[in-house]
Amino acid sequence: MASGIKDKVAILGMGCSKFGERWDKEADDLMVEAYEEALADAGIETKQINAAWLSTAIEDQHVGKSGVPLAIALRLPYIPVTRVENYCASGTEAFRGAVYAVASGAADIALAMGVEKLKDTGYGGLPQRSRGVLNSMSWANFSAPGSFAQLAAAYRAKHGTSPEELKRAMAQISVKSHDNGAKNPKAHLRNKINIDTVLGAPTVAEPLGLYDCCGVSDGAACAIVTTPEIAKSLGKHDIVSVKALQLSVSNGQEASHNSWDGSHFVTTRTASKRAYTEAGIDDPRKELSLIEVHDCFSITELVTMEDLFISKEGEAVKDVLDGFYNADGGVPCQIDGGLKCFGHPIGASGLRMIYEIYLQMLGRAGPRQRQDEPRLGLTHNLGGFPHQNVCSISIIGRYDV
Amino acid sequence: MTVGILAYGAYIPRLRLQRQAIAAANTWFNPALRGLAKGERAICNWDEDTVTMAVEAARDCLTGIDRKSVRGLQFASTSFPFRDRLNAGIVAEALDIADHVAALDVTASQRAATSALLNALIGGGPTLLVASEKRRAKTASPYEMTTGDGAAALLVGEGPAIARLVGSASRTADFVDHYRTDDQPFDYQWEERWIRDEGYMKLVPPVIAEALSRAGLQPGDITHFIMPGTLPRIAGTIAKAAGLPEASIRDNLQAQLGETGVAHPLMLLGHTLEQAKAGDRILVVGFGQGADAIILEVTPELAKLPARPGVKGHLARRKEEASYNRYLAINDLVEIERGMRSEVDKQTPLSSLWRNRALLTSFLGGECTKCGTLQIPKSNICVNPNCNAMHSQVPHAFADKAGRINSFTADRLTYSPSPPACYGMVQFEGGGRMMLDFTDVDADALEVGQTMRMMFRIKDHDPQRGFTRYFWKAAPATTSSKES
Repeated sequence: MASGIKDKVAILGMGCSKFGERWDKEADDLMVEAYEEALADAGIETKQINAAWLSTAIEDQHVGKSGVPLAIALRLPYIPVTRVENYCASGTEAFRGAVYAVASGAADIALAMGVEKLKDTGYGGLPQRSRGVLNSMSWANFSAPGSFAQLAAAYRAKHGTSPEELKRAMAQISVKSHDNGAKNPKAHLRNKINIDTVLGAPTVAEPLGLYDCCGVSDGAACAIVTTPEIAKSLGKHDIVSVKALQLSVSNGQEASHNSWDGSHFVTTRTASKRAYTEAGIDDPRKELSLIEVHDCFSITELVTMEDLFISKEGEAVKDVLDGFYNADGGVPCQIDGGLKCFGHPIGASGLRMIYEIYLQMLGRAGPRQRQDEPRLGLTHNLGGFPHQNVCSISIIGRYDV
Repeated sequence: MTVGILAYGAYIPRLRLQRQAIAAANTWFNPALRGLAKGERAICNWDEDTVTMAVEAARDCLTGIDRKSVRGLQFASTSFPFRDRLNAGIVAEALDIADHVAALDVTASQRAATSALLNALIGGGPTLLVASEKRRAKTASPYEMTTGDGAAALLVGEGPAIARLVGSASRTADFVDHYRTDDQPFDYQWEERWIRDEGYMKLVPPVIAEALSRAGLQPGDITHFIMPGTLPRIAGTIAKAAGLPEASIRDNLQAQLGETGVAHPLMLLGHTLEQAKAGDRILVVGFGQGADAIILEVTPELAKLPARPGVKGHLARRKEEASYNRYLAINDLVEIERGMRSEVDKQTPLSSLWRNRALLTSFLGGECTKCGTLQIPKSNICVNPNCNAMHSQVPHAFADKAGRINSFTADRLTYSPSPPACYGMVQFEGGGRMMLDFTDVDADALEVGQTMRMMFRIKDHDPQRGFTRYFWKAAPATTSSKES
């Protein structure tokens, strides 16, 4: 196997805008909001940035195509700027571009920016996206919640879980995320909720109710990366480094070959195994200090606990209900509130997750700081649909671990 | 070898609008509707039209028959979705027989199907005759009560006929009992008493007499008399005038189906064949700007015809619809708030539709000649991870395969004309799977492992350009449901 990315790149600074219904802000306002924080954190000037990546997924709702919108917003000095899109893994893709540029030596300092301005559609929920000419004629009329909701049907059939038990575990996932989000000033939704509220909410796509779905919001997040050596030379002492970056993309097997049972993500299992190898992790349940996963829907988070090999297959329901993933549990999941409370400005989400892990590693997460000193954290994104998707995993940790 | 009817088939939409619901909504305006408020009529689901019903009736008719033997396709209706696009061509592609049949649309009269039948009985290669009608009636009109949606099909040609032609007669007359012009959505109809006395009673009995004479038969020789029409008791009145035995008058299925227009003579013929025995003589009349009278004699071959749902099976496959508002909405008879999610552009690139017709219209996938894996869509590289052979696939038909639900949901977010939108992963017998829309399902009755069959349905409408596009959907394989 290739030697991998472990400890070759350090995070020099990060920033994250307030997420929410930012009716009074344009996408470039949100980018600048995240950038100012990252720049101050990094302690550099714009002219020191050698290359940049911009992630947006529904660009026709806001900035349009290409790297130009980022270059203009930040007045970048005619450097290479690339726009990336890979469904909901777009934010992590921008990060991967910047990290690989530094690791290759092509850039000393690189920037990744993710932004999405979704609240200009006129309706709630994710904007409708074009699917391509042939797909629009042959794909079922599925929405994001409807495609992910099917995990529940398949999971119940596979593990013999009762609808009520599964629904309760799914509800606990949302309750836990709201408990965490309430402590986070940058989260969109900051209200605590209880299980009865979740169970009593209107149905969106059977069995997902309103509170099983993450919100839709506007937001931006930004990372500035460099080598650990340059970070030190710039006066950084507590270095946070990249331990692994993996991506797995469906090749149509789940959608067209009868080998997949519909209850899990082939891509997550593939990408997480590779990431653990790259980061040198043997037992993720013991070694990971905290995780930020793609909780677009509660059921996604539930099956992901198994796909990341933290819960044993068929035991995520028990772990969730036991509080293993709570902020004070064995492996806190969504300690910042997750997509559930931040909403999902698609291009920004992956970077928002990395931002939280970064803050936690540096002990800068305020009232939601993980008490046992965090050493390794994982972020996870899923884009597309369970039967056809993109999964990205990043592992971030203290350089000295 | 004589020419005759080789097989029959039918299709009736699953939804049955309760006439009581029509009356409840409309008697404030027209109290006379109360007298018609008995039984139910078949109505199309939102994703059904004359084309989709024709495909189902044709599939029913072709049960056990080699489709390659079909040489012609005639499609009769007065409610085609397209005025200048061969509707029979869509049916032919959906049946995957397009590349070897001549296809023709027959229209503009309620008699279109019987006239087409007479034409097919002249001879030639096996002709698939399919008649389908989606009745469109004004709110609170008697027509709304008495009509129904449905389709029927016959395979006509030389061979082991289940019924052979023994005599026929026709006449044409520009008798305008009702009409519908190009730019009007609804029929305009004249007084029923005049239609009966000057139309049916003067035009039909002479044609029946001539057909009997040509067949060398007496009125008493007729076992089954098929006389479609929306006028009450018209069959009995004509039978009396023509001297036909009272016992020969066939039930017009008004109580459970409604009058299905052009399709109705063939529908009633199918229903009769389901109960007839060898030697029975069937008189079928078609009325509309004149009349056709066709006399058929049932042969012993009828008993050998493979079983099919037919009229009886489709009548049993029913779901009561008690919501008059839903009927109006799914038939586009009222302007309903569809929401912004319905505004997504649904333009169909016609060049892509043609290029992909094997998948989109015929529902063909691929079979890998290296490893045997079935897959849909067909692709350049085999999906089997242990094969991945290139350019190894030959076309493979999925439309008639049974499938099982692997996962499903009932979605209330995505736009559907009749929410919730139900869909899921369907795994086909023998291999292959696809994420498919479901149709004719009850959301709360879906389960993993449930058996489904494929149906050709409307995928969506493009209101901006007036185009309808079709695709295949999964429906429960055995459905009869009493709840509303």
